[in-house]
Amino acid sequence: MTSAKLAVPPTGAASPARRSSRSTHARSPSGWMSFRWIATSFIVLIWFVYYPIIDNFVVSTTSQDIYTSEVSYVGLANYARLLEDPVVWHSLWNNVLYAGISIVFQVSGAFVLAAIIEDLTSERLRRFWRAIYFVPSAISITVTGLLFYFIYQPGVGLLDAALHMLGLNALIRPWLGDAHTAIYAIIAMSQWQGFGYSVLLFAVAIQKIPREVYDAARIDGAGPLERLWKLTFPFTREMTGLMTIITVTGAFQVFNEVMVMTAGGPNNSSQVLGTWLYQKAFVEDDFGYGAAIAAVVFAVTMLAGAVQLWYTRRRRVHW
Amino acid sequence: MVRRPWGRLRRPWAVIAQTFVHAFLICLGVVVIYPLIWMALNGFRTNLEIFGTPFALPVSWSWDNYARAWNEGVRNYLTTSVLVTVASALCTILISAWAAFGLARTRMPGKSLFILVVLGGLMLSPTVAVIPLVQMLRDLGLYNTRWALIVLYTAFRVPFTTFLIRAYMVDLPRELDEAATIDGASEDQLFWRILLPLCRPIIISCVILHVLFAWNEYLFAMVFTGGTELATLPVGLTAIMAKHGTNYGEVFAAMTISALPIILVFFAGQRYFVRGLSEGIGK
Repeated sequence: MTSAKLAVPPTGAASPARRSSRSTHARSPSGWMSFRWIATSFIVLIWFVYYPIIDNFVVSTTSQDIYTSEVSYVGLANYARLLEDPVVWHSLWNNVLYAGISIVFQVSGAFVLAAIIEDLTSERLRRFWRAIYFVPSAISITVTGLLFYFIYQPGVGLLDAALHMLGLNALIRPWLGDAHTAIYAIIAMSQWQGFGYSVLLFAVAIQKIPREVYDAARIDGAGPLERLWKLTFPFTREMTGLMTIITVTGAFQVFNEVMVMTAGGPNNSSQVLGTWLYQKAFVEDDFGYGAAIAAVVFAVTMLAGAVQLWYTRRRRVHW
Repeated sequence: MVRRPWGRLRRPWAVIAQTFVHAFLICLGVVVIYPLIWMALNGFRTNLEIFGTPFALPVSWSWDNYARAWNEGVRNYLTTSVLVTVASALCTILISAWAAFGLARTRMPGKSLFILVVLGGLMLSPTVAVIPLVQMLRDLGLYNTRWALIVLYTAFRVPFTTFLIRAYMVDLPRELDEAATIDGASEDQLFWRILLPLCRPIIISCVILHVLFAWNEYLFAMVFTGGTELATLPVGLTAIMAKHGTNYGEVFAAMTISALPIILVFFAGQRYFVRGLSEGIGK
């Protein structure tokens, strides 16, 4: 008992005078009163997060007339339109591209980079590089998107100037104005912006690996590559799984960078589900169809969530 | 003990490898940082300089572009960004800390159901909710107000913030609660005077993570305050771009002004930020 009391910091010590009167009733046995702690978050979540998402499915079965703004029930007609809309399929493909390329750079690349940084001898250098690479992640995507819009500008941009300096004039093109390169240019910006965040997370995971494991491996003569593959990778598997899920879900919610850099153009070549939803719902006032696109985003992110749940469950059994 | 990462026998090879590693890190660092420096410098340059000599330093260090950007909108957008970020951070932290306390330290019935509701919210994204929210916030009269953003940023960040604070609270020793209860503390006193102060490190991390989110959020900001004087910086920047896009220097100045506060917040809170990430996600 004494030791327990000692653990209480001075700020928390209640006055002795109240001790006798309240000690038995301090916490009701049933705990119903404790609901007040979660009441606010519960109401806010149900009202502004859960209800709208359920309502989205209701909206997706309706159609609103632009002129009379009359809402009518159309069943699954919006979903049928989805299947026949080539832009939806192209957007979905762009989202998949986004996810795939991000896994290469922001998961695999960031993992290797984090391992390299954490292998540096000087703690100051390690902190320095982690911070430097993170800076773009702290800045809003609007700023980095606009910045790269200028960097990609034909004729005047930094990229063309750099290519010119290197004598690679043949590569110069209107990166965002060309239907073949627009989405890749946007994805490239996104890698530049986001990889530092992943590096930081992987670095944190690597720091949690006990040092002795590495010392033992070194004594056994394991080289750096062997240590990376046989120690660092298995020990950070959980983080790798988490990062993959975060990256994939993020890739299917992409909106900001595309909106700022091309708004889906040229000729819809860089549309993603998010921007196509915006175009349909908020530019063309077709809420029902927009909601159907949102339902696709919901399905994909839920699938990723389910995989994540399954992944962590499985790990717990094996641990 | 001296850390000797590459072993004694492979010395010459190790030196080459180390040099290569450092060269690589420096090159990558330049690729990451140079565009940002370019952005800030272009705020001092005229169109002619930006077009003609992309890599050169400004001819004169005149603050004209920065002043013009500030007066032609950035001041308003910055005010909204600050208000929305601060207000939603306060609401989010308070609501999440309450919830975390309820879930981690009380004998509330049906706890697992509530944990499911809170954590399930982690998977739900703004994109999916945005269309119904437009109609809902119109009915509530919050459309085109700062309140819309404060409410939504709070609602969508409560799950993640609760998750982080709960994980931290669960690990605080149980004896604290027992001792406090024996001393006659009520649940309220236990929360406000003991657990909340002890959660300070994780709360600071949560504030930084929330600020990064709220300062940079775009979809809600664009849908609910787009095209008004009440837009936040990310949306306001696109408005400036549309209005003054021909004066490149001014746009670069506006971008630099909106990036600077968040970079400063990150560097000031870097230690807490990393710790928060490691405590929250490492579980």
